Amino acid sequence: MELLSGGEMLVRALHEAGVEYIYGYPGGSLLHVYDALYKQSAVKHVLVRHEQAAAHMADGYARATGKPGVVMVTSGPGATNTVTGIATAFTDSIPMVVISGQVMSHLVGDDAFQETDMLGVSRPIVKHSFSVTRPEDIPELVAKAFYIASTGRPGPVVIDIPKDMTMPNERYEYVYPKKVKMRSYTPPQRGHSGQIKKAVELLLKAKRPVVYSGGGVIIDGSSDKLRALVDRLNFPCTNTLMGLGAYPGTGERFVGMLGMHGAYEANMTMHHADVILAIGARFDDRVTNATNKFCPDAKIVHIDIDPSSISKTIIADVPIVGPVGNVLDEMMALLDESDETPDSEALTAWWKQINEWRQRHAMRYEKNDNGLMKPQEVIEAMWEATRGDAYITSDVGQHQMFAAQYYKFDKPNRWINSGGLGTMGFGFPAAMGVKMNFPDEMVVCVTGEGSIQMNIQELSTCLQYGIPVKILCLNNGSLGMVRQWQDMNYEGRHSSSYMESLPDFIKLVEAYGHVGIRVTERDQLPQALEDTFGKYNDRLVFLDVAVDEHEHVYPMQVPAGSMRDMWLSKTERT
Amino acid sequence: MRHIISILLENEPGALSRVVGLFAQRGYNIETLTVAPTEDNTLSRLTMTTHGDDRKIEQITKQLNKLIEVVKLVDLSEGAHIERELMLIKVKAVGAQRAEIKRTADIFRGQIVDVSPSVYTIQLTGASDKLEAFIEAIGPGCVLETVRTGVSGIARGEKILSL
Repeated sequence: MELLSGGEMLVRALHEAGVEYIYGYPGGSLLHVYDALYKQSAVKHVLVRHEQAAAHMADGYARATGKPGVVMVTSGPGATNTVTGIATAFTDSIPMVVISGQVMSHLVGDDAFQETDMLGVSRPIVKHSFSVTRPEDIPELVAKAFYIASTGRPGPVVIDIPKDMTMPNERYEYVYPKKVKMRSYTPPQRGHSGQIKKAVELLLKAKRPVVYSGGGVIIDGSSDKLRALVDRLNFPCTNTLMGLGAYPGTGERFVGMLGMHGAYEANMTMHHADVILAIGARFDDRVTNATNKFCPDAKIVHIDIDPSSISKTIIADVPIVGPVGNVLDEMMALLDESDETPDSEALTAWWKQINEWRQRHAMRYEKNDNGLMKPQEVIEAMWEATRGDAYITSDVGQHQMFAAQYYKFDKPNRWINSGGLGTMGFGFPAAMGVKMNFPDEMVVCVTGEGSIQMNIQELSTCLQYGIPVKILCLNNGSLGMVRQWQDMNYEGRHSSSYMESLPDFIKLVEAYGHVGIRVTERDQLPQALEDTFGKYNDRLVFLDVAVDEHEHVYPMQVPAGSMRDMWLSKTERT
Repeated sequence: MRHIISILLENEPGALSRVVGLFAQRGYNIETLTVAPTEDNTLSRLTMTTHGDDRKIEQITKQLNKLIEVVKLVDLSEGAHIERELMLIKVKAVGAQRAEIKRTADIFRGQIVDVSPSVYTIQLTGASDKLEAFIEAIGPGCVLETVRTGVSGIARGEKILSL
């Protein structure tokens, strides 16, 4: 029998749960735990400069690896600073375990120093949360937290630990459970066979089908199965913002991202479809546009592990609750058994129509002959320079949409962005979390001069741990997406969307010991990119690229319209 | 339509706040809510009534089922069921009114559980509409105070909600 203190139990249990890195920040209520961390080497702690960044780092790690990211913060402000990061992970269904310190149990409720009701504050944005009331429960709670965070529809789990649960001189028997079983939590293991059969019958009869796949395919690690199904059926495939890379961006059956800033051909294909196979996607309002005008002819098959995602905004004709991979396996097996094949004649006509939409080349922009570069061409140049094989994280705004549109992701887990919550400040720490775990891969944070300043203090963390991420700042001197909406809907009144007094980013990153390269002309870009991934490969490089502030993101769906109602440029509408 | 949702909930601190928080967070409305331990001390039984169309109720039950501490859930209004609510009501009772109120209470099978020179306190059980009918019958002008437990419910016949 092994006796450990609560703090030691926590660290040991994290190790047993497979944790390599913890992202966090110490403080009074967690000092016993940090002392336990100090005395071992299996679990490494990364000291951030702001707790929000710790949550985003853990999130980036989780999105790239599929394993839960771990955050450790002290009580009060340490805990509340993680709220944006937890909400970001929650909205995008990312597995995360957040350990927050708490004041001594006997002080809870007394408004003690650095006391916040973290369970209360985080309740609406967690999958579940625990408070430790007996030190000997810690190993079991850690095991449960990881189990809940990473199974079913993943999400963040908070464990709140009062300081007196971690006292170094109070030791208890340490038992880490071999298996977690909870009577009240049993995530679905497989889809309903009858429903899957119905779905396959519908797919085989379809004349104008489309596969609409989302982040759930990536989370489930089922991209290969998606590709096999799409190619087998010869159906067009569109990915959501969260699902990019699940089906290759350069694949011939890929019609582009769909939704508010989706490709013309993707939105047209959706609107005119007679059967939509939705896989691990949730008919988000940024996808559907007005729900009452959504895809009027379509029968909808919806596969999702979370029943509450099905028929929430759009009613499914064939709902299938289950893990994506398992359902796709069963679908393939049924196709193998079936004598029927997809309607090739109808599909030929359908592809002809889709190719006509493609011929419109709606995803285009005009380069300036004289003057600043367009943001799109910078993304395209970066795609070339990284051979389309980098991990790209992004912040939120125009640059995010340009990256999603113009960087063709051929692999899953490579596109890491705050799709649901839209968190500015996410991209840089997320890139750090990715790079620490994939040191040999190219990791680029595409950002803007607005977003990057929301977590720019992490330049210091990168110096401490030697994290050579690349930051590609599309600097248009304004909050581009806000400005775009103001141009379109507020007669160009740029209320607080203009960034006066920008810092000299080059001097700033140099002050933190990194490399800064400013690019103002098109002909400087190739060399700058070459240096970034060549001579400065093992350094953090901040590429500050001046781009045209007048550029808008197109296509853009017309508000309250259907999928096919889009602006294709400032003057052209469908 | 009105629905009675009955839940077996892990008897753990914070479980109730998750249920209530879910309703606030997603803009659902709770009309009545009762919660108490069951014969199994690891479980609480929670009954709530809420209004909504089929789609809304479907979302509510799905979202409730997602809560880790919700062990089992049933929408009692989907089948035959018994519902009861208890009300304690203080009414003004002076002069000729006293006899009239006593008669009305008898008709509704209520019991006068406390008496003072000018006030009766009556205990009444039944479905919610019966309690409302009683208030209507004695005249809202006489009512000094009411307190209701909220709806409890159970399915008729063999159907049981248990682990």
